[in-house]
Amino acid sequence: MSPTRKKASPRRGTLPLHAIALVVGAFMVVPVVYALLGGFKHNSELSGNPFGLPETWVTANYTDVLASGSFWLQLWNSTFIAVVTTVLTVALSALAAFVFARFAFRGRELFFTLFTAGLMFPFAVAILPIFVLLRTFGLLDNPLGVILTQAAFGLPLTIIILRGFFRSIPGEIEEAATIDGCTPFGFFWRILLPMARPAIATVSVLAIVGSWNNFMLPLVVFSQETSWTLPLGIQQFQGQYASDTARILAYLILAMVPALGFYAIAERHLVGGLTAGATKG
Amino acid sequence: MTTLTKGPELVKAPAPAPAARRRGRWVTIALFLLPAIVLFLMLVVAPMVVAAYASLFRWNGFGGLPTDFIGLDNFTRLFSSEIFVQDMWHLVVLVASSIFVQLPFSLAVAMLLHQRMRGRAIYRMVFFAPYVLSEVITGVLFSLILSPGSGMANQVLSVFGWESEWLADPDTVLPSLFLVMTWKYFGFHMMIYLAGRQNIPNELVEAAQIDGATGWKTFRYVTLPLLGPTIRISVFLSVIYTIQLFDLVWILTGGGPSHASETMAVTMMDWGFKRSQVGYASAISVVMFVLSLVFALFYQRFVMRRDLEGATTSMGGRP
Repeated sequence: MSPTRKKASPRRGTLPLHAIALVVGAFMVVPVVYALLGGFKHNSELSGNPFGLPETWVTANYTDVLASGSFWLQLWNSTFIAVVTTVLTVALSALAAFVFARFAFRGRELFFTLFTAGLMFPFAVAILPIFVLLRTFGLLDNPLGVILTQAAFGLPLTIIILRGFFRSIPGEIEEAATIDGCTPFGFFWRILLPMARPAIATVSVLAIVGSWNNFMLPLVVFSQETSWTLPLGIQQFQGQYASDTARILAYLILAMVPALGFYAIAERHLVGGLTAGATKG
Repeated sequence: MTTLTKGPELVKAPAPAPAARRRGRWVTIALFLLPAIVLFLMLVVAPMVVAAYASLFRWNGFGGLPTDFIGLDNFTRLFSSEIFVQDMWHLVVLVASSIFVQLPFSLAVAMLLHQRMRGRAIYRMVFFAPYVLSEVITGVLFSLILSPGSGMANQVLSVFGWESEWLADPDTVLPSLFLVMTWKYFGFHMMIYLAGRQNIPNELVEAAQIDGATGWKTFRYVTLPLLGPTIRISVFLSVIYTIQLFDLVWILTGGGPSHASETMAVTMMDWGFKRSQVGYASAISVVMFVLSLVFALFYQRFVMRRDLEGATTSMGGRP
């Protein structure tokens, strides 16, 4: 991962490698650059001059979106739901993983198997009954409906990862803490959780990204515009301004900023968390 | 995060008597475990059971549990429906394209970026970036780029005298969809392969080279076999994901034109929410579930078994 082993100067003959990497890179970057520049153009210019710099830089597309309350509301809704989902998932999973990892009791394997079996339950399969259930409880158009469901489906993987980590912490530490008068919760809260920070970072990344990008669940739960998250808002915005391509491009770019910004800041955690999370499932 | 606040001050309590302590232990177990179990049972297990149950009924989703029992009629209707048979064919096409095009491509790029070259950290970062973006952003972006009229793709290709209807033509919609899937997901597989490659001891590769193996032979007979567990995981993830494919298709095409890109999940949402035939839609979800389950069990039993028994690389290790 890290470029630390790059000390030796690049060997000669890397030119073809660079050529290939650049072609692939263009395939990846061009769509985003097109959107970024397109957002600064008039629609009429967009079709004639897709790649060049704008003749005149039209900032209205971006400023209009930023001046509209709906973009900020969607940003807030997405953030709120992602944060609460993550805290809830990690908190409930950590408590359960602690019990699975450090207590021996009748029924432990049964319950743990139940959770691991949960990995095999694809979310899409349950969406119809979940919708009916949330409607029965009056949780449609309520952020809690999305939060609780996302947390429930996040439990299996989070519990498995945290349990694995908790088990790797030597029993002597727990004995020492108990002798010093620590209760089980005290040990969990003051010693185990701080030690498990890397694992908690991994599962938090999974929960945040999963919630931030979730589309299917908010799509069926939220019908009122005030509850929409960013993905719903983008989809709706495209429908509303179907012919105004430049404006949609500006909206897309602005909606990318939080995710890409988070990625730029915490690249290593994101890559590590997302790949480790997927391969451990 | 959680460590900043202080826990309740419970430290100085005297050691409790054995009987009370045993009871306390059970209280701790129950208190810690119950919230997760309750949430899981209510929102994961119960809906799964209801979906299986509802698939045997004619039900519009209203008025408590379904009552109009029709046995396996939903399933017979499903398997004789042309749309659903097409869905399964689309699944086969997309899985095959992923395994034979997308994953080899990811592997090739991973091997490329494993070489010492200037800027490889940046390449890795850029290639992985689309995986972080939501399916909706990706879908809307490419629906504009691939628009037959004024989309960017056609403007570029028209320079070479070539144009395509992309998502608007039943013949090209699946390849176009696959192109977008590759844009979004190949970086993820690339990262898995890079991690797997890094776990291969360099001594093995060097030994082969000293013995006179060419670059290709080293790859074919040393690196590739040792990457086996990693590749098998990545195939597994790809198949499971494709069975449930929904967001991208819903945004890009809605399953069209004339169902040419429809997937099982899209068909299910269509019948469940647009036409309120929840019983029939539940039958689709049951098929999706059984398909995932059978594939997972079969695959882990016969394909990944070797990896689970401990292989050279650690990526195959399951908890």
